[in-house]
Amino acid sequence: MSKRARALFLGLFSPMILCLVAGGAIAEEATWNSLNMPEGVTEVSQAAYDIHMIMIWICTVIGVAVFGFMFYVMFAHRKSKGVTPANFHENLTVEILWTIVPALILIVMAVPATTALLKVYDTENPDIDIKVTGYQWKWQYEYIGEGVKFMSELRTPQDEIYGRAPKGEHYLREVTEPLVIPTNKKVRFLITGNDVIHSWWVPDFAVKRDAIPGLFTAAWAKTDQAGIYVGECTELCGKGHAFMPIVVEVKEEAEYDQWLAAKKEEAVIYQSTIGKEWTDAELMAKGESVYAISCAGCHQAKGEGIPGVFPGLVDSSIVTGPVEDHIGILINGVAGSAMQSFADQLSEVDIAAVIHYKRNSWGNEMGDTVQPIDILNYKQTQ
Amino acid sequence: MAHGPSESFFSRWLFSTNHKDIGTLYLWFSFAMFLLGGAFAMVIRAELFQPGMQLIEPEFFNQMTTMHGLVMVFGAIMPAFVGLANWMIPMMIGAPDMALPRMNNLSFWILPFAFAILVATLFMEGGGPNFGWTFYAPLSTTYAPDTVNYFIFGVHIMGASSIMGSINIIATVINMRAPGMTYMKMPLFVWTWVITAFLLVAVMPVLAGAVTMMLMDINFGTSFFDAAGGGDPVLFQHVFWFFGHPEVYIIILPAFGVVSQIIPTFSRKPLFGYSSMVYATASIAFLSFIVWAHHMFTVGMPIAGELYFMYATMLIAVPTGVKVFNWVTTMYKGALTFETPMLFSIAFVILFTFGGFTGMMLSIAAADTQYHDTYFVVAHFHYVMVAGAVFSGTAAVYYWLPKWCGRMYDETMGKVQFWIAFIAFNITFMPQHFLGLAGMPRRYADYGLQFADWNMVSSVGAFMYGGAQLLFLFNVIRTIGWGKPIDDPKVWEGAEGLEWTLPTPAPFHTFSTPPVLK
Amino acid sequence: MENTTSHRNILIKSLLGAVVMFMFAIFVLPPLYDLFCEITGIGGKTGDAYTATEVAVDTTREVEVQFVATNNATMPWEFYPVEHKVVVHPGEQKEIVFYAKNLTGMDMVGQAIPNVLPNNAADYFLKTECFCFNNQPLAAGDDAELAVVFIIDPDLPASVNTVTLSYTIFDITDREAMQVSQLQ
Repeated sequence: MSKRARALFLGLFSPMILCLVAGGAIAEEATWNSLNMPEGVTEVSQAAYDIHMIMIWICTVIGVAVFGFMFYVMFAHRKSKGVTPANFHENLTVEILWTIVPALILIVMAVPATTALLKVYDTENPDIDIKVTGYQWKWQYEYIGEGVKFMSELRTPQDEIYGRAPKGEHYLREVTEPLVIPTNKKVRFLITGNDVIHSWWVPDFAVKRDAIPGLFTAAWAKTDQAGIYVGECTELCGKGHAFMPIVVEVKEEAEYDQWLAAKKEEAVIYQSTIGKEWTDAELMAKGESVYAISCAGCHQAKGEGIPGVFPGLVDSSIVTGPVEDHIGILINGVAGSAMQSFADQLSEVDIAAVIHYKRNSWGNEMGDTVQPIDILNYKQTQ
Repeated sequence: MAHGPSESFFSRWLFSTNHKDIGTLYLWFSFAMFLLGGAFAMVIRAELFQPGMQLIEPEFFNQMTTMHGLVMVFGAIMPAFVGLANWMIPMMIGAPDMALPRMNNLSFWILPFAFAILVATLFMEGGGPNFGWTFYAPLSTTYAPDTVNYFIFGVHIMGASSIMGSINIIATVINMRAPGMTYMKMPLFVWTWVITAFLLVAVMPVLAGAVTMMLMDINFGTSFFDAAGGGDPVLFQHVFWFFGHPEVYIIILPAFGVVSQIIPTFSRKPLFGYSSMVYATASIAFLSFIVWAHHMFTVGMPIAGELYFMYATMLIAVPTGVKVFNWVTTMYKGALTFETPMLFSIAFVILFTFGGFTGMMLSIAAADTQYHDTYFVVAHFHYVMVAGAVFSGTAAVYYWLPKWCGRMYDETMGKVQFWIAFIAFNITFMPQHFLGLAGMPRRYADYGLQFADWNMVSSVGAFMYGGAQLLFLFNVIRTIGWGKPIDDPKVWEGAEGLEWTLPTPAPFHTFSTPPVLK
Repeated sequence: MENTTSHRNILIKSLLGAVVMFMFAIFVLPPLYDLFCEITGIGGKTGDAYTATEVAVDTTREVEVQFVATNNATMPWEFYPVEHKVVVHPGEQKEIVFYAKNLTGMDMVGQAIPNVLPNNAADYFLKTECFCFNNQPLAAGDDAELAVVFIIDPDLPASVNTVTLSYTIFDITDREAMQVSQLQ
């Protein structure tokens, strides 16, 4: 290689080497070891892992054979060694051979592939049914027949995402409320979408099913290993696609039963909070947290909005207008815009608090109080 | 027929009906689009360099991934191969020009408008298309930005361009072959292109149909894809992939053709198994129509459907394997030299086969439950699209450029570019396999800390790969302007075929009188 | 000259082919897909109204039928099944009720889209009467009990013991208004 070429070579490669070294130094707690598919904790995930490994080994063997031969040829049959090229260009026997042999390998592979798929589809006779609904950009879990239903959304603060605060250990892997299931019970997930298509994926269960509005798909999981398993939305669903993780907590059966009982009780208590008279301070505190989770994504942290995309809330005609109209916007959404209906997603308390908060923050000084009961009344009388 | 190119720059390029000029236009356009799509990729990789949102908003990130896909597939790779077809097919089959020269001009010149419209949406209120290049309904219908109508218009124009280009190729190959150039004597590049052209005529209208249905759903209240009105969002995916899977082969088949020209040249030995190559190409084209739903293993199909699509997909490995074995056997007992086109072709064979392996893994529905829509898939299709289509396109340019302009490129610079591209490509995309298996979904603007390291590596590789393309551009311009003049018609010692019997540089008009085949 | 006619011939044939494929995508694929769904039960779509015939009730077998309700994005109604599940014998006719209430101050129209899980049970879930066959107008603040009458076909595959009937309710007020205005 000429001197010039060597200089060019070095010039181009050295920044890359530097970058790699620097990158390695920055990433002190290296995560290089996560190279392969997790084996997971269910029969299905084990089956998926096994067939994955079978495929990898088959491909490795074929690859080593083909490329090994190729590298031998590249080494042995180069012109610089003074070889004279042969002139053959056909051989029916080998052509037939290398059509049939791969076909046979495929037939052999089809067997475990089919068995594994049958396991994925074995959704019959579940012990527990949970409806999973994908929203832009959160998940709702409903324990069918138990009267327990809640939203699960990202808990990582915007500040961490935008680098204004150090990222926590569970960055983008933490939710407001995880899905809880018991060990040793067959749980069936009925998966659907509320707005656009999402996809519910928990790698450790090998459950990935698209959440399609108007359609239901089913998947199942049964594990004997209690623990916390994290998953992701895997179908592009808009700007929050990367920000709607899934956290599943698998509890021992007894613990699960306790949790479920508490959850049912909570639902009852929650009903009673609506009737209560909330103070300004309580509403402001509650409203601030609701706002940060449900509103700040679009309207921004201080209600400034994004001009031309999401309206600001400071001095806006809705926020400074009649309370009824403001409530109406949250309950009904605004057709044809990103403003959706929050009637189902937020409780009456949450809606009241967040409206109260908006009307009395960032220089908005409406001074009126919005109570949960107002929301309930609005829903009922309208 | 003896007149040369028009004197005026504008009338030469704007009104050209000459296959070489139009081929040149296609190639430069596609390279411009390649750089634009590459710039989008650089934005994506820069944002993904570290966890957290640093440079852009998630909304814009989605526009970037969408535009990167659309521009690369429809703007860079497809027009690049149409450009090569325009240049080479008449020369290879002994024809004076393309069969329908005026349509050829039209099919090129509507393309810049399509992309101008598409790229302009980025600057409009609401932003450009943000629903992924696969634009699944209802994200691309009910929930799309208003600019979606421009996107649909752009796709229609691209489709029209592709269809016209394909018809031209079909007519040229059927009607304009020199006496004695029977179908089974055509160079493999011509064969793969004619099969591709048939695929395009068959499936581009299906894409047009899909976007038309979207248009009607958005603007005229129909509900093809809206469950509320009795439609079905999954129908969109079926229609899209009925187009989309053949589209993948539309991209890769001409690449097979290019490699099948280059490997024999630098092995100084005829292509092994010519007829099996033709049959394999045809079988791949046929199979591409019956495997589309393997892109949809997670929509909840009945198990029978899933099994069928799994088995059918696995079958594709057979004809593809035949091709790889044929290439390797062509090299066997040849007299190999490793000029830049050959290096890119060998890298093509290795990396494309690697992409084929991951493709086979993806065909296994149970495992695909884990792979689907993760970076594993991103890695897979970049191995076949970049190391497949882009590497072979680069190989083709180095291989034929001396013939086109009568000047030799700088071999050292070519090799340096190859090694940077090869290494950078693997640094970029190999770690994406690991990311996908470890659980990182595709089209994510941000990710958890456990994915940080490999993402950083991947981004570094991507910047290097981008840099290598600038070297390519420099080398091509340098060759055209200042390369060492050559006049050997064969250019390469081992080159065979009609195109190498023409003088170097190739004359403005190809075979004015039909050549006589030996 | 011979060449140009032949070029034109190919051009016309290919263009025709392209047009046929375009028509195929718009006019053939969607109905074909619907038909396919109906046969295979893709997406758990159920058939149209079933006319009840005398079927022998299979009292030896019990099937649990679950009911699930989902509101689509912009649908502010209260909507839920009154009973969460029933146990029936195949062949037995059963009526169940969903409750719907329009919580808003506007007159609205809803449309419920049914799904049956598992998909292979969809063909055996026969509805003689269902509110999903029609759209459901509800005036502001009104509520309604919406009935479904169904029979489980005794040919239901033996592996299926639980059938889930799910409705997703969509707000189609605007769509209805649009169609009315287009008719006028």
